[in-house]
Amino acid sequence: MTAVVRATGLGKRYRRRRALSDCTLEIPAGHVTGLVGPNGAGKTTLLSLAVGLLAPTSGTIEVCGGRPAADAEQLAKVGFVAQDTPTYPGLTVAEHLRLGARLNPGWDDAVASSRVRRLGLDPEQRAGRLSGGQRAQLALTLGLAKRPELLILDEPVASLDPLARREFLQVLMEAVAEHEVSVLLSSHVVSDLERVCDHLVVLVDSKVRVEGDVESLLESHLRLTGPRRDLATLPADQHVVSASHTDRQSTLVVRTDAPVLDPSWTVGRLGLEDLVLAYMEGTRAEAPSPVMEVLG
Amino acid sequence: MIWLTWRQFRLQAAAVAAVAVAFALVLAATGRRLADLATTYRDVFDHLTANDRHLFYAGIVVIAVAPVIIGVFWGAPLVARELEAGTHRLAWTQSVTRTRWLATKLGVTTLAAAAAVGLLTLAVTWWSQPLDGALSSTHGSLPSRLTPVSFAMRGIVPVGYAVFAVVLGATLGAVFRRSLPAMAVTLAVVTFVQIAVPTWIRPHLVSTAEQTVTFSREKLDGISISDNGPGSPLKLTVRTGNPGNWVLSNQTVDASGRAVNLPSWFASCLPPPPPPGSGNGPVKAQGPDTMDACFTRLNAEGYRQHLVYQPANHFWPLQWAELALYLVVSALLAGCCFWWVRRRLS
Repeated sequence: MTAVVRATGLGKRYRRRRALSDCTLEIPAGHVTGLVGPNGAGKTTLLSLAVGLLAPTSGTIEVCGGRPAADAEQLAKVGFVAQDTPTYPGLTVAEHLRLGARLNPGWDDAVASSRVRRLGLDPEQRAGRLSGGQRAQLALTLGLAKRPELLILDEPVASLDPLARREFLQVLMEAVAEHEVSVLLSSHVVSDLERVCDHLVVLVDSKVRVEGDVESLLESHLRLTGPRRDLATLPADQHVVSASHTDRQSTLVVRTDAPVLDPSWTVGRLGLEDLVLAYMEGTRAEAPSPVMEVLG
Repeated sequence: MIWLTWRQFRLQAAAVAAVAVAFALVLAATGRRLADLATTYRDVFDHLTANDRHLFYAGIVVIAVAPVIIGVFWGAPLVARELEAGTHRLAWTQSVTRTRWLATKLGVTTLAAAAAVGLLTLAVTWWSQPLDGALSSTHGSLPSRLTPVSFAMRGIVPVGYAVFAVVLGATLGAVFRRSLPAMAVTLAVVTFVQIAVPTWIRPHLVSTAEQTVTFSREKLDGISISDNGPGSPLKLTVRTGNPGNWVLSNQTVDASGRAVNLPSWFASCLPPPPPPGSGNGPVKAQGPDTMDACFTRLNAEGYRQHLVYQPANHFWPLQWAELALYLVVSALLAGCCFWWVRRRLS
């Protein structure tokens, strides 16, 4: 399996604040990878490092086999739709496409113009007068028509209304299927990613908490409900992700590859959103336990 | 990249170009008459209209202000506006390296600034040529082209100022990451440099000439009295012989060469102070014979006047030296700008 993003001990520190620390991960090619985490977890920092807008203060990151933004050739391999989908307000839609064509040797004009037509964007419209959804679509068009190996999107739907969100993600999925591009996109809303991602990275407090295939993550995480008990009495192969207790009852989310045999537990499956929330909560409640380390 | 740079730049460029062209047209319309005047009359000054004199100074003001305006409105927002709007994240993730992006933007803007100010200066220099240093036989004069008032508004030096202002603005914009503070500081720094260079640096760019002369009525330029009552030091200045020279130091020295004030007896050579209540009306000059006698006595006592100046024919060496200075400083600043954009903004 080839990796489109390979980070080793990656860290980024602004003057005093640590934005990302000791991040080691490998994102496989040919997948749509979701990067989730609460606001301020370091998602934008990680993605900015991947496109070379930022340089790491420690560790290394390799994207499509090269150092991000090392040269024009490397830049051409990675498409980027930044947070809030910035465009030049004074330039028209057509001029943005011209910008893309001028600045990218691999520019696919057919893709760009057919997408603009299909979206119903007026080529003479200034980008500053587009709606948020239209602007996001324009930014996505620029990213796709560049024909990158990896398309990175930072919170592309955060500022869109539910309908525009759905449309945007649908268009993204169609494009991914059509152009066979790997995608890495971030969001703090898991339900956005649930529909589109088949790989997941959870980032909390500037650290990678869990990373893996969505399907296997869902299979290996279980919710256990039963009479209150001490966590130390659990079998060694059950790693507690999060735990909450009432006077009588314990509710746990555990990660395990073996079936749960203890009859005192009621075993339930988790949705992706619950799984992600469990990781976010787990770190808030307790000191790091082995399970908090990078898995997979 | 050039297309994008031009597309982002064309409005600002058009605004400056429109002003420059309008001013150049005014100069073109009035310039020929001045050239004719200069060939017809020896004392051009006496035949100038008030309008001509206003335009002469307008030319100086326009060339003084143009680099500041260009630095503030072209240079400072160049990088800062992209950082403010977040569009650098779009620009820097196309298949063009950050270095090339900055090189194109800075290059195009700098060349445009140099061209705009260069052409404007050419027009003003051509227009002012008959008037620079014009003297009237009876009253008044216009500054010569070597004096600080005119020097940086003639020839090639204004191009250096424009290049410097753009690069400074762009660098400050990258450092501050905001247009407004970058514009304000660019304005302050360029203005300061325009004052500091003629005051402290320009006099030393090319080696100066010196003269030590005796006193005579023909050479006398002026006598100044500090207004602190009787017994206060008197100072005297003399002319260098060529009104186009830029006098840097005009100092009375004694027989041993030390800089001194005029001896106290010289006060009696001057006309008595006007009686109280007579206002600031002209005072009757002391008779020429008295002055000649005073000068003869000064010379006999070993007093001389020591002059340090840039001769009029140093105009072009000084122009080239100052242009080179600005280009070198601009190149260093541009280096900082590239380093900052590539490393510090990561």
